[in-house]
Amino acid sequence: MNPAFSVIFFTVTAGTGYGLLILLAVSRPFGLLPNVSPDQVIGTGLLGLVLVTAGLVSSTFHLSNPKNAWRSFTRFRTSWLSREAVFAVLFYPLSLGWLLAEFFTGASALSAALSLLTAVLALMVLVCTAMIYASLKTIRQWHHPLVPIVFVLLSLLVGTLTLLAMGAAFDLDIGRLAAVAASIIVAAAIIKLVYFVQLGQPGGPTINTAIGFTKASVRLLDVGHSGDTFHTREFGFQVDRARIMWLRAGVIALAFAVPLLIVVGALDGGALPLLVGAAVSGYVGVFVERWLFFAEARHVVNLYHGAQQT
Amino acid sequence: MKLGLVIDLDTCVGCHACAVACKQWNTSGTTGPLSDTDPYGAEPGGVWFNRIRHYEVDEFPVSKTVNVPMSCMHCEQAACVTVCPTGASWKREDGIVLVDQSKCMGCNLCAWACPYGAREPDPEAGVMKKCTLCVDRINDERLPESQRQPACVLTCPTKARMFGDFDDPESAVSVAVRERGGYAQMPELGYQPVNRYLPPRPTPSVEVSDQTRGEANVDGGSLIGKWMRRQKEAFDAYGRAPDAHGAPSPSDADGEAAR
Repeated sequence: MNPAFSVIFFTVTAGTGYGLLILLAVSRPFGLLPNVSPDQVIGTGLLGLVLVTAGLVSSTFHLSNPKNAWRSFTRFRTSWLSREAVFAVLFYPLSLGWLLAEFFTGASALSAALSLLTAVLALMVLVCTAMIYASLKTIRQWHHPLVPIVFVLLSLLVGTLTLLAMGAAFDLDIGRLAAVAASIIVAAAIIKLVYFVQLGQPGGPTINTAIGFTKASVRLLDVGHSGDTFHTREFGFQVDRARIMWLRAGVIALAFAVPLLIVVGALDGGALPLLVGAAVSGYVGVFVERWLFFAEARHVVNLYHGAQQT
Repeated sequence: MKLGLVIDLDTCVGCHACAVACKQWNTSGTTGPLSDTDPYGAEPGGVWFNRIRHYEVDEFPVSKTVNVPMSCMHCEQAACVTVCPTGASWKREDGIVLVDQSKCMGCNLCAWACPYGAREPDPEAGVMKKCTLCVDRINDERLPESQRQPACVLTCPTKARMFGDFDDPESAVSVAVRERGGYAQMPELGYQPVNRYLPPRPTPSVEVSDQTRGEANVDGGSLIGKWMRRQKEAFDAYGRAPDAHGAPSPSDADGEAAR
């Protein structure tokens, strides 16, 4: 698949914002950030909303007819993209209500209730975004049960790293949050590695089932068009194996190894520049991961263009 | 009703006439225009509802060229319809899958969901377009009955395309599929495509000697064998200087032929 910048930026940036707000919402009931003040919650919450909004605005850039975008709220019962749109819009009144409750009532029962609803809705948006990809049977690298789990965990990962940096900036005790961040990083790393291994397994349709000749070899003689088509541009994107391996190593280093080292070092309180570095490293690592998620996806249409398997 | 196409891979010669007829009808019809990009330039491109690809099946010398025209399969489990967030993609009672261009927001998700490459976005209009099974022909009662068929079916010079209702077991398409073993492409994905392909008819086997199988027999004593040997010698000698035995150079041979 052609890795479209607008979609990658959307899923990573909005994912960071949702992850940050989820962690911020549960930090008070679980005591992850002791003595966090309402002002600090509001400041961090607004940062999360800015990230979410930047991502959502970017997502509309890949629409070629955005004047009909409002219609995407109408097929909630069948389309994951429609569900994502509905939850993403519902998210705003709830999250803004939470921050307003925080502003007027502080750490009250009302703000606690609204914060948890915000977290649930943020999780729903993340799952819906992932299911847009995971529901496509045409791309076996996406039609995989680990895809939604990876999406949620990586969003939580960058979100937690961002919240850690904010906590350090506010001079709070971040020891417990650092422990949570370390567990999220380890869980995400394990699941992503399992996913990488499973991508190497052969499977899915072949050129034989695509054309319908399953008792003999089939090869493409002529694709029938001299220039590029929408399908060759959108689905024909390929990266060579060596570069994929380098990029996977980069993902493991930037998204998992570097943040894990810094976070483990911050269990007894960490330095702000290091924690900001961990958040940036995590963001860049997940960005590369999302680029690979697209670049490694092989749509079955490629079979008709001569690929022997996906 | 379950309208769709049957394509006979035995008789299809891969001439692309169906694609041209489709483009002509639909670019001037209700779904048109089907925009072209750089039409007179070095890299012409554009929207097509029907594309023909050419494959070689099995290995030489028992290989066969198969031409495979592909358009929308009008699937019974059409994922392109369910993934559509705006309701622009829809399936009619008669089985035809259509795009309502006034509702499409151009997110391309339906094209990602289609395994057959049937959907192509129009960069000019900003909306998704696809085969309509010539819905603006097949139901037009102003046309004579024989003309109420998709443009690709009417134009096919080898009559390799048939249009009809697969729900009617006695329709021409149902009978053809039953008698010729018509099959669906990529059935394992579960989209239940409606269009069917008729496999090439089995051809009677011809006895071939091992020698013929490997290389043309140029050593025979027959007239044809002698002629082929001379051709092979001339071919082998082409571009070489005349040798000691005075064999004519290719240019000499050409000169003689010209005289």
